[in-house]
Amino acid sequence: MLLAADAELADFGKLMIYTAMVVYALAFIAYITEWIFGSRSRVSRTATALTAGRAGRAGTGADGREATDGTDADLESDGTEDAGDAPRGPAVTVRKGGSAKVLDRPKVVTRSSTPSRDHLPDGPGASGGDGQGDLYGRVAISLTTLAFLLHFGGVITRAVAVGRAPWANMFEFSTAFSAVAVLGFLGFLAAGRKVRWIGLPLVTTVLLDLGLAVTVLHTETDQLPPALQSVWLWIHVGLAIVCGAMFYLGMVATVAFLFRDRYESKLASGGTPGRFASSVLERMPTSVSLDKFAYRINAAIFPLWTFTIIAGAIWAENAWGRYWGWDPKEVWSLITWLGYAAYLHARATAGWRGRKAAYLAIAAFVCFLINYYGVNLFANSLHSYSGV
Amino acid sequence: MSEQSDPTSAGPDGRDEPGEAGDDASRLSTAPRTDAEREAAARRGSDPAGGDPAGAGSFGGIREPGLGGGLAWTWREAVGWARWIWRQLTSMRVALILLFLLALATVPGSLIPQENASPVAAAELREGNPTLASVYDRLQLFDVYSSVWFSAIYLLLFASLIGCILPRAWQFVGQLRGRPPRAPRRLDRMPAYTTWRTEAAPRDALVEAERLLGRSRFRVDGSAVPAAGAHATGGSVAAEKGYLREAGNLVFHVALVVMLIAFAAGALFRSEGGKLVTVGSGFTNTLTQYDDFSSGTLFDVDDLERFTFDLDEFHADFVREGPDLGSARDFRADITYWRDGDTEGTEASVRVNHPLHIGDAKVYLLGHGFAPRVTLVDGQGEVAFSGPVPFIPQDNALSSTGVVKVTDYVGPDGEPDQMAFQGFFNPTFALTAERGPHSTFPDPDFPALTLNAYHGNLGLDSGIPQNVYQLDTRYMEQLTDEDDEPLRINLLPGEEWELPDDRGTLTFEGFDRWATFQVSSSAGNGWALVGAVGAVAGLAASLLIQRRRVWVRATAGADGVTVVEMASLGRSESARVPEELAELAMALQPAAPMLHEPGDDRAEDDRPDDEDTADEDGPDDEDTADAAPDEDPTGPADDRPGTGPDAAKDRDPGPVPSGDGEGRPGTRSASGTGTAGPPPGGAAAAPDDATPGTATDPEAASGSRSEDVKE
Ligand code: HEM
Repeated sequence: MLLAADAELADFGKLMIYTAMVVYALAFIAYITEWIFGSRSRVSRTATALTAGRAGRAGTGADGREATDGTDADLESDGTEDAGDAPRGPAVTVRKGGSAKVLDRPKVVTRSSTPSRDHLPDGPGASGGDGQGDLYGRVAISLTTLAFLLHFGGVITRAVAVGRAPWANMFEFSTAFSAVAVLGFLGFLAAGRKVRWIGLPLVTTVLLDLGLAVTVLHTETDQLPPALQSVWLWIHVGLAIVCGAMFYLGMVATVAFLFRDRYESKLASGGTPGRFASSVLERMPTSVSLDKFAYRINAAIFPLWTFTIIAGAIWAENAWGRYWGWDPKEVWSLITWLGYAAYLHARATAGWRGRKAAYLAIAAFVCFLINYYGVNLFANSLHSYSGV
Repeated sequence: MSEQSDPTSAGPDGRDEPGEAGDDASRLSTAPRTDAEREAAARRGSDPAGGDPAGAGSFGGIREPGLGGGLAWTWREAVGWARWIWRQLTSMRVALILLFLLALATVPGSLIPQENASPVAAAELREGNPTLASVYDRLQLFDVYSSVWFSAIYLLLFASLIGCILPRAWQFVGQLRGRPPRAPRRLDRMPAYTTWRTEAAPRDALVEAERLLGRSRFRVDGSAVPAAGAHATGGSVAAEKGYLREAGNLVFHVALVVMLIAFAAGALFRSEGGKLVTVGSGFTNTLTQYDDFSSGTLFDVDDLERFTFDLDEFHADFVREGPDLGSARDFRADITYWRDGDTEGTEASVRVNHPLHIGDAKVYLLGHGFAPRVTLVDGQGEVAFSGPVPFIPQDNALSSTGVVKVTDYVGPDGEPDQMAFQGFFNPTFALTAERGPHSTFPDPDFPALTLNAYHGNLGLDSGIPQNVYQLDTRYMEQLTDEDDEPLRINLLPGEEWELPDDRGTLTFEGFDRWATFQVSSSAGNGWALVGAVGAVAGLAASLLIQRRRVWVRATAGADGVTVVEMASLGRSESARVPEELAELAMALQPAAPMLHEPGDDRAEDDRPDDEDTADEDGPDDEDTADAAPDEDPTGPADDRPGTGPDAAKDRDPGPVPSGDGEGRPGTRSASGTGTAGPPPGGAAAAPDDATPGTATDPEAASGSRSEDVKE
């Protein structure tokens, strides 16, 4: 039961969410514009790099020495490219006893696990290097940031108004979830990652998620059933939101990886992908980068997810007298966990890396969604606190 | 062998455990194989698949005539197969498949009502769809998590897990005792590599490198640094760091086993009972007092914690306005308990989420409701029954149903009879046409008891246990009014009901609250927690820490200039590894400053190379894959047949890497700046062709190897 002032505050929080949705929608338009402007540029760095690879192979074939060494030759061209095009490491200034001396940093050469695609350059991003596109991209990021601030403010306001963790029913959980996903995205941007391409899919899903939250999932409930009154609500559910949001970002990258990987394979085998596919995928990071990005997220979040489940078990032990009761919610978090564990193992197993592992990661995330929507809405579970 | 069956899909890098490396890799091996393993591996080409020459066993060897030959053959076969099965079971691929299967097998239990978790739904399904239910029963689908097939999967998985841990733990100990492997001959083939020319003497650079690495908490092996004053053209330093990763991985997998054992122990030794207690009465923790009780097979009833408690008061707090009208805010049971031998009781309260610990037992508050207090005076004017009767809540507003069964009743005619009253207790009474009598709020704002009355035979002596909350009216007759309509009455507290035909009086005295408690004792919880914490810590270590090796080599060139080379190798590719190498190289600059050569373009962009070192931060970790590089610590180029790491160690580390000066585009000599790396392609093939006869990356294999042989 809310006091009048709290009720007002809760309404204000809701207003912030609605405003955030409007700003997200504007950001969405800006992202689309960025992609459209970007399509004017005819970048085809991937094809060029791949062709260069082939040419390099042919060229060195004459050399005799390299003829036996396909892989080497393939990348030889890259070596050249590197030497010409890759910048030296930063010069580092070392101060010693008052006199400053500039040290040159020796260049470090690296290889990844998929050397055949190693030399592919990452796409230039949605704007495709187009100045106007880039401008819209920046506008989109600014709008996303603004929307996020409103969104996050809405979540905080809600927490203050109801005086508890703002994730006790599906409406609250959904709003918090997308706020964390956007926060993650902005965080990656701030850390200098080239993830602007995620903006469009992310804002689209955030709008969807918020739309669902304020319509279907919306509930006036502000009460906390006694079974939820515990610090573990903060820990367990809060972590689950963080894990879900980050796994979501990983999933987006994984899906992009699958598309991009197919695109690269097609190019490599001499095919010509459709114009739309080329236009979009050419601007994305390479399959190697996408795969790495997704893996890092999943690998970093997996221990956290493990802890989330364990926290849930401790809570269940306190609330229901058993830490594991094969309740549908518990079952599906275990399935999700096993899915990600299988993914991590797949990455360490011959013949399972790449696409197969990616499918596993996506399946694992689908399990997470089933756990969230499916179990909350349809299953007869002790965890059914959807409020719907 | 599964790992080799599909060379093309083994990843373009070809680092995927090709050939004989397959099994080692799958066990995370970093140790050289034993001869026996080698032998076994060599034979695997003709493994059990068949197609062997007639008479030969699947594992080779001709069957000698005679009993002895037969026995030997059988033994060989049996051992061979056992070994093969074990190898399969402990392979990474099978572990992966089992994990996947376990995830799949877990699903049906969440879709089909389980006997344990939701007996009511299971019973409904049985009733509604007997054919389907019998199929389910046959497949143990009502009991998925204790079914034979589910257990089989996880037991196999854990067998695989143990088979995985043991050799790895043992190898890990070996690595801890050994020294970091010496610098491979071709440093430029390592995943991260750098080189420059300097005027410092090789020994000075190396000594400084040794010191630096040591300071960065690497384990350093400086045995290949030339002694002071010695006339050596160069030497090298080897260092390794991040052993915690392996340790973490082992801890994690061991923790899983600990957790499994704890679960098993918990299931075998647990006990759990439920009891409904009305305010003002109490409970003694003995088997007979429970309403329901279940325990694991190894639980001993004598182990029940000895205590009693009284329920003094029960508080319930509900929301009175707003959208959440009627929802619960708080429940609290105030009790006084006595442990064995206590003369004075201890007061405590039990709340949802806050169980009370009494010794080894935990008391949980599960539910609550109302118990109307009724008194029945029989046809003879005697009190036939008096006391609270718990009614069971049907909805959130605590509309409750219940039955008052009276066995010691004597009718107006002096004949013993039995009476029963069935009906509703509604804390906030309301009556509507659709719903009949019901409650609109869970607090007793307008409590009323609505009853029908029956007399006849309760059927209690039939020997069949009866649910106290349900009435079997088969042998009973409902009391009716003059029009033969069933009698029904609504009573407020204190009101009386004159039963027709001088059958006596029923008084609704008032009501008490009751609460249901669950008392459980669990075993193995502590161990489960230890396992869980170990699992998380181990996981974090294993996923966030990079195991990597760094080598530094300094060689005096013919022109008197020293060439310094540094390379690092992560157990798996990682953005941090090259970064770290760059930092180490920087730190080495004061001792071995880079020579500026003419024609050097100093104006070059200062950005870090995007392609190479983007994504610096973030989890320090990449592809957990690639056991292969580890496999061959001394460097790929050295692992020709017959040269294990040890053999390699004995060899001269070799002069300047062969990549140098071979006229490749982009090598040091070509650019003259000492900054351009070797062709990454050359490096690309590196760890892969570690293994002789690799099936995986034929491209990579041949060329580079023939080149190495030249050295
Ligand atoms: C209950 C079953 C298992 C679970 C839940 C599980 C889970 C995991 C997880 C989450 C990781 C990633 C952490 C890391 O990369 O260090 C991992 C790694 C690993 N697991 Fe398992 N595992 C199980 C069984 C097995 C079995 C049976 C094997 C052996 C065949 C195995 C071998 C490995 C290896 C070698 C790694 C390290 C991979 C690498 O570092 O690249 N695991 N496991």
